[in-house]
Amino acid sequence: MVKEKFISLTSRAVPLPIDNIDTDQIIPARFLKATTREGFGENLFRDWRFNSDNTPKADFALNNPAFTGKILVAGKNFGCGSSREHAAWAIYDYGFRVVISSFFADIFKNNALNNALLPVQVSDQFLKKIFSAIEKDPGTTININLADQKITMQDGSDESFDINPYKKTCLLNGYDDIDYLLSLRDEIKHFELTH
Amino acid sequence: MTRHGKTLFDKIWDAHVVKSSEGYPDALYIDRHFIHEVTSPQAFDGLRKRNVKVFNPSRTTATADHNVPTIDQHLPIKEALSRHQVETLRKNCPEFGIELYDLGHPYQGIVHIIGPELGLTLPGMTIVCGDSHTSTHGAFGNIAFGIGTSEVEQVLATQCVLQYRPKTMLIEINGTLGKGIVAKDLILYIISKLSASGATGYFVEYAGEAIRRLSMEARMTICNMSIEMGARGGLIAPDETTFQYIKGRRFAPQGESFDRMVEQWRQLKSDPGAEYDHVIKFDAADIAPMITYGTNPGMGIKVTDRIPTINELKDISEQPSFSKSLEYMGLQPGSAILGQAVDYVFIGSCTNARIEDLRMVASMVQGKKKASNVEVWVVPGSKQVEKQAREEGLDKIFEAAGFQLRQPGCSACLGMNEDKIPAGKYCISTSNRNFEGRQGPKARTFLASPLSAAAAAITGRVTDVRELV
Repeated sequence: MVKEKFISLTSRAVPLPIDNIDTDQIIPARFLKATTREGFGENLFRDWRFNSDNTPKADFALNNPAFTGKILVAGKNFGCGSSREHAAWAIYDYGFRVVISSFFADIFKNNALNNALLPVQVSDQFLKKIFSAIEKDPGTTININLADQKITMQDGSDESFDINPYKKTCLLNGYDDIDYLLSLRDEIKHFELTH
Repeated sequence: MTRHGKTLFDKIWDAHVVKSSEGYPDALYIDRHFIHEVTSPQAFDGLRKRNVKVFNPSRTTATADHNVPTIDQHLPIKEALSRHQVETLRKNCPEFGIELYDLGHPYQGIVHIIGPELGLTLPGMTIVCGDSHTSTHGAFGNIAFGIGTSEVEQVLATQCVLQYRPKTMLIEINGTLGKGIVAKDLILYIISKLSASGATGYFVEYAGEAIRRLSMEARMTICNMSIEMGARGGLIAPDETTFQYIKGRRFAPQGESFDRMVEQWRQLKSDPGAEYDHVIKFDAADIAPMITYGTNPGMGIKVTDRIPTINELKDISEQPSFSKSLEYMGLQPGSAILGQAVDYVFIGSCTNARIEDLRMVASMVQGKKKASNVEVWVVPGSKQVEKQAREEGLDKIFEAAGFQLRQPGCSACLGMNEDKIPAGKYCISTSNRNFEGRQGPKARTFLASPLSAAAAAITGRVTDVRELV
């Protein structure tokens, strides 16, 4: 099935300068009860975003009108913990298309890539630079160019980022892992019979 | 391949690669796939949209665990969304020809507990499940790891997942664990040394004398928490302990077939001189009863230690997260954790809800009563564990102590059902995650061993079990 493509994006960004943001924070377990992929954005960062009476917490970045955009910037080890793909769905459903961090947990990274949500891993120094640029001017924009594997700040400073070539091709073209695996069905059948 | 000195991980991985192409991740054949109600519905929907059948339904086993009540399981689930999710699994499994151990079935239970106890989990296999604690199964010497729902769909559609080969890490623990110190303390100690991200990108092999001496159930506790330091999984080479555990299990090979398999399984070990990307050694004598004080499993200390101060952090950039964490926990930097009052005790989860865990708790509380300030929930990992506990009379010990013995499920480990720790309350828990809100909004979790949890149930406070054993 053809998925959404990701080629390049220029956007403002929402900063979350916290390390080890686990997928229970991104979407708490009690909101995993849906049987479809849609609608999880409503509960993204639920317990950081809302008080227990469901009023928004004014000091949380997503509730701060100064911060907006399709890029989420977070501290290191983003997406650790539970394998719930709902975390990637929630971030995407909310409207983000890129998450920037200096380190991603493995399963989250896979889940994001399988859902046209691009995880961009930058150096610790570059991450600091992004946070301070947003702090100075929340209107600052960041460009992510997947073809060139480059992230560029508004002041022109840039850094290259890694992505595995297969996943890059998938994102640029909207390809899907299952289509590739289904094309191997005969080889899989053969493997099953001979092992 | 004529490469010498292969690790066990590499041997199993190589034996399961269906296709390896330059620039592509490996298409890895999966021997055993477990599914549950929470991370499978969207995968089945995907199959319907593609008009694809399940490639090999006999290799997938389903159970309901994450979202199920732990009391009155014979009644319809009260909460509408939870009920709908379990009913969706009930509809999907027969439609796609998959065996389901539903609520009430004698084999139902936490997915990572039932796989091993039914003999579905065997050495040398590749095993996946849409759950990060799939690493548990690695205790049998196999490659087991958690996957997302898109990957669950891959496995259902093709019996393969696309994966890049992770790096390998050897963690060797030599020496002997002291009295009152158990597998949970060992793994919490390792995670506290490596941090919550220290093994990201790696697959861990656990080895050494301290590991060899552990029972299968204790080894499962170790491998279970591999993900808590970021590792995709952890494995332990199979040995006589492993074979004895598997022998006679419901779906394990039987008779001569079992003997033949054991001969093959004996080959499942890393070659002498096998090269790992990273090697770490610990001495079991340095390990004490452990407890976490913060909001990730890497924030653990010996129960007799003080909580670190901000100045003691290795990395200055960790200060804001550390302060946020202690504020959430309502604890002061530099203070003692011993004697901290607890409100709830949770004994359960895929980490510590097997029969040996329940026996350990029973041995600690036999003839004693819980402290009046605590509520204690014992949630067995499966129907079989529950049955055995009753047969051994553990239920009577728990009842006399004032503990509630409930029905199997993931329960307060993730608070997805109604088993939630109330806001602001402290829970000493045998589960695997102390994340903010994990056990309920604003709940505060101390991760510890079943022995430490049982001790706290009696004293009502964080206690050094060595004073009681």
